[in-house]
Amino acid sequence: MYGGGNVFEAMKATALAEEDPQKLAEFEARIDRGEKIEPKDWMPQLYRKQLIRMIEQHAHSEIIGALPEGTWITRAPGFKRKLALMAKVQDEVGHAQLLYSAAETLGKSREQMIDDLITGKSKYSNIFNYPAFTWADSCFISWLVDAGAIVNQVANSKGSYGPYCRALERICAEESFHLKYGHHCVIHLATGTKKQREMMQAAVNRWWAPMMHFFGPSDKISVHSEILMRWKVKMASNDECRQQFLDMYVPKIWELGLTVPDENLKKNQETGQWEFTEPDWEEFKRVINGDGPCNKERLAVRRTAEERGRWVREALLAPKAKYVTPLA
Amino acid sequence: MNTEALKELLYKIADDQLILGHRNSEWTGFGPLLEEDIAFSSMAQDKVGQSWQFYKILNELGESDPDTVAFMRNADQFHNCQFVELPNGEYDFSLIRHFLFDTAELIRFTMLADSTYEPISQLAKKIRGEVKYHTMHANIWIKQLGSATPESIQRLQDSLNQAMPYALGIFEPSPFEDDLISSGTFVGEKALESEWKKQIKEIIDQTELDLPDMDSLTPAFGGRSGNHTEHLQPLLDEMSEVFRVDPTADW
Ligand SMILES: [Fe+2]
Ligand SMILES: [Fe+2]
Ligand SMILES: [Fe+2]
Repeated sequence: MYGGGNVFEAMKATALAEEDPQKLAEFEARIDRGEKIEPKDWMPQLYRKQLIRMIEQHAHSEIIGALPEGTWITRAPGFKRKLALMAKVQDEVGHAQLLYSAAETLGKSREQMIDDLITGKSKYSNIFNYPAFTWADSCFISWLVDAGAIVNQVANSKGSYGPYCRALERICAEESFHLKYGHHCVIHLATGTKKQREMMQAAVNRWWAPMMHFFGPSDKISVHSEILMRWKVKMASNDECRQQFLDMYVPKIWELGLTVPDENLKKNQETGQWEFTEPDWEEFKRVINGDGPCNKERLAVRRTAEERGRWVREALLAPKAKYVTPLA
Repeated sequence: MNTEALKELLYKIADDQLILGHRNSEWTGFGPLLEEDIAFSSMAQDKVGQSWQFYKILNELGESDPDTVAFMRNADQFHNCQFVELPNGEYDFSLIRHFLFDTAELIRFTMLADSTYEPISQLAKKIRGEVKYHTMHANIWIKQLGSATPESIQRLQDSLNQAMPYALGIFEPSPFEDDLISSGTFVGEKALESEWKKQIKEIIDQTELDLPDMDSLTPAFGGRSGNHTEHLQPLLDEMSEVFRVDPTADW
């Protein structure tokens, strides 16, 4: 899963001045014609840099995103849920694997990317810095966070970089199963016993603000990304994705008898746009810069996993050892 | 066929699969590399799914439904061997357990494929195909890490020594051993154990590891009759935490 709110490299005005103007023009013409850029093709340094950054953040979001839901695998109620949640979280780890491979085609190794994650140099989706307190929280994530991710990923799968688009197509197919599973879980809670309904409503209340943050700051205040749009790195604006999400899912949430904790949330029938209380972007910035409820814990878990696994990775590189192809 | 004997056999298999599947799933998000995360999750899904199938057979024999049986019993009602309930420890211990247990498991299901009790033989045939990949995975990794670096060899050796008494606990004889054998339901733990010893030796001999002297070890028996280590009850408490909020609710 992943959302918008990517943190892009600050762009220097001189960044493009150093590129060969003719090659740059050809590159842009290819993108205009809807061609895909492949790893061996010429591309501006800035394009390469921003893509690595975006794909890497997406990959990190998949493995960090496995943590809040992963803690519920061992507690999932009943065989059906236990098996489905295991498969779902496994898929997310598989997405990370696919995406790291896509980013590697641009010249940065998985080890480097994971190092940058652990040291905090590289970001991941903000929403995973919030804790999943109850089973209902994990159901909210499977349904609505994955739904948000789909909005974003479907848009990005039409982008210009071939390996990323192909990874996203596969990922989106799996995400639609996650969404079905999550929706099924939420329906059972929202239409279940009093206790289940309360659990579900509490989860919606807890997760609504992070969900609104998920798509990133509003277009009014976010950094200019025209060139990224032109190069089809970024395919839809944060506000467009947020609007699309609200349009698709708020009616479904209401339909289940759940409420959304924003009394200003409504669709303006004239403009066709959803109106809502402006999310607290100061909190968004604070959390993405490391000061959220779970940032330290998430990175500590990742760091520990990397440290505990180091001897295994070293043993795979040992001269005696033949390369292992995982079978299962 | 003696139904008590049959149920005892089914329970121990189902409980082994459920508990080890649960342990395997704890690796999700924590593996030494993403590929192993994914592999352990696959094996977890297979094992938990297999336990479900065995609980369904038990259900047909008059036991409660699978969810109730899995999520509502306490540790002393579980028949799994103690080996599967031990915490994952480091990857070396999990890998050694995966190797030792899954080798036994594949032999057990291969033997059960010839069971005279039709529901078991049918299920065993299907499961045998899944478990084959688990042992292939284990064998490759044991051969790899068991001859790679001084650290990997030492770690695997320590875990092998630590695991072996528990692994021998897999073969704790059932009080119904004779019934099972004479009815052709199952060839028995002794036959399973001797085939297992042969097969693990074959793999270990291809590494720098030494097999502990098994005859001098005391097997960790007790699990089959509900005597467990202190690790099982907390695992079950965690597993049933949500389910027990309201066992009658539809989750
Ligand atoms: Fe997902
Ligand atoms: Fe995903
Ligand atoms: Fe999967």
